[in-house]
Amino acid sequence: MDLIRLRNINKVYKNGVTAIHNLDLTIKKGEFVFIIGKTGCGKSTLIKMLYREEKPTKGKIIVGGIDVAKLRNRKVYKIRRKIGVVFQNYQLLPKCTAYENVAFALEVLGLPKSKIHRKVVKVLDLVGLKEKAKHYPSQLSGGEQQRVAIARAIVNGPKLLICDEPTGNLDPNTSMEIMEVLTAINKLGTTILMVTHDIDIVNKMKKRVILLDSGSIKKDYKEGEYNSESI
Amino acid sequence: MKAFRIIKRSIRDSMKSVFRNFSLSLASISCITITLIVVAISIVLSYNVNNFTDIIEKNVTMVIFLDSDVTDEQIENIQKELKKIDNVNTKTVKFIDKMSIADDMMESSEILKSVMEDYTRENSPLQDTFQLKVKDINKIDKTAKKISNIDGVDLVKYGEEMVKKLVKAFDVVRKGCIYIVIALILVTAFLISNTIKITIFSRKREIEIMRLVGASNINIKIPFILEGLLLGLLGSIVPVVITIIGYNAIYDHFDGVMFSQFIKLVKPEPFVFYVSLILIGIGMIVGMIGSYRAVKKYLKI
Repeated sequence: MDLIRLRNINKVYKNGVTAIHNLDLTIKKGEFVFIIGKTGCGKSTLIKMLYREEKPTKGKIIVGGIDVAKLRNRKVYKIRRKIGVVFQNYQLLPKCTAYENVAFALEVLGLPKSKIHRKVVKVLDLVGLKEKAKHYPSQLSGGEQQRVAIARAIVNGPKLLICDEPTGNLDPNTSMEIMEVLTAINKLGTTILMVTHDIDIVNKMKKRVILLDSGSIKKDYKEGEYNSESI
Repeated sequence: MKAFRIIKRSIRDSMKSVFRNFSLSLASISCITITLIVVAISIVLSYNVNNFTDIIEKNVTMVIFLDSDVTDEQIENIQKELKKIDNVNTKTVKFIDKMSIADDMMESSEILKSVMEDYTRENSPLQDTFQLKVKDINKIDKTAKKISNIDGVDLVKYGEEMVKKLVKAFDVVRKGCIYIVIALILVTAFLISNTIKITIFSRKREIEIMRLVGASNINIKIPFILEGLLLGLLGSIVPVVITIIGYNAIYDHFDGVMFSQFIKLVKPEPFVFYVSLILIGIGMIVGMIGSYRAVKKYLKI
């Protein structure tokens, strides 16, 4: 089943820059997909359109059955509840503990406290941070902060997890730890879409890779096909 | 149940964030406090000025001289006619017999006594009069004209020139006061809502994350609006205390009058409570508007 379907997407920013040009893309449920490409090739624009931070100028975006492009401003939360997003700079609330940061995502949805507690403990365990639940972001390492961010992104059980260069600020070892966490999450059935510059990771993971170039797909490598040396 | 939980969380979060961002909250609260004190002073002053001008205007007395040959029956008729006129304050209509005027005069000096003593009611040069006060001093002209048309009325006197000047001067004072109060309230609203805006702007990331994890717009707005309300409420505490204690102290100190017996101060109760309510209202509403404006900016793409 298709989770993401993009048809003939065009995105032109107000200043006249064309970020995405005639892009078609289908991603199935449960896939793990890397999006790579040079800076400015439209990677960030592409994923921002998926969680409706940007709107396409033309084209149709269906994510989990929702027509994202047509979603009105005050209905944006509908798509956000189906998607988890992780950023390079973690985006944690500095004045909340790891636990509170994760619980925050459920509190805004109005879940009862006991349910929140159960879910947060479970997900912190999944990312390996059960012991550090009461630590504040400033007391955690970069890798740990990113794991909190991942925990927050998946605590709501989204179908899709979007990662925008999640390892951009981390050393290779820590990066691989994050990748292990993501792989585990993927195995539980969550589709993962990851934008990255880190070719080493892409080489090691042997997943589907989409190479973007100046706003359109240059090559779509199937699982295991991609090898940076062959380019 | 869900809505209830969200409201509960909103209230809790708004209180938490007031204390977590204490320095910024304090900045907002002090801004609200200072501006509301200025507003309180201007309201108290202008209301007192208004009150004082009202008292003076209400005390302008009109004297109606009757023809010297009026009969008792006519006098009664005139009284009825006077009370029928809209602008006449019926309670103040008072008939003064010319003989009692004569008595008064005779009492006041020996010379007058010797002159007046020989006159009887029939040949007295004095006139019977009515005294009355009007409800609306701006219409005193028309009322006077109406009264002078009544049968048996000779003359109507009310210090026309003085009254005209008084009305004009008081009008300027009153309008000035109202404009100043309105201008101050507007400036206050602007200042407060901007300070709160800055407080909220510093939490841009929080709003972004809320959006990211799927909080609906209302869900995001409520805690911030409540926070604005709370800041407004906290900021109005000191002005309210100053108003209540300060005005009572001033009133007691001057014994309820300023400069002379003529200028009476408004009684502190319930006046200070009304002013307090106005202050709290301004604080809360403006606080809410300020935070609403700030959050709204981040809820658009």
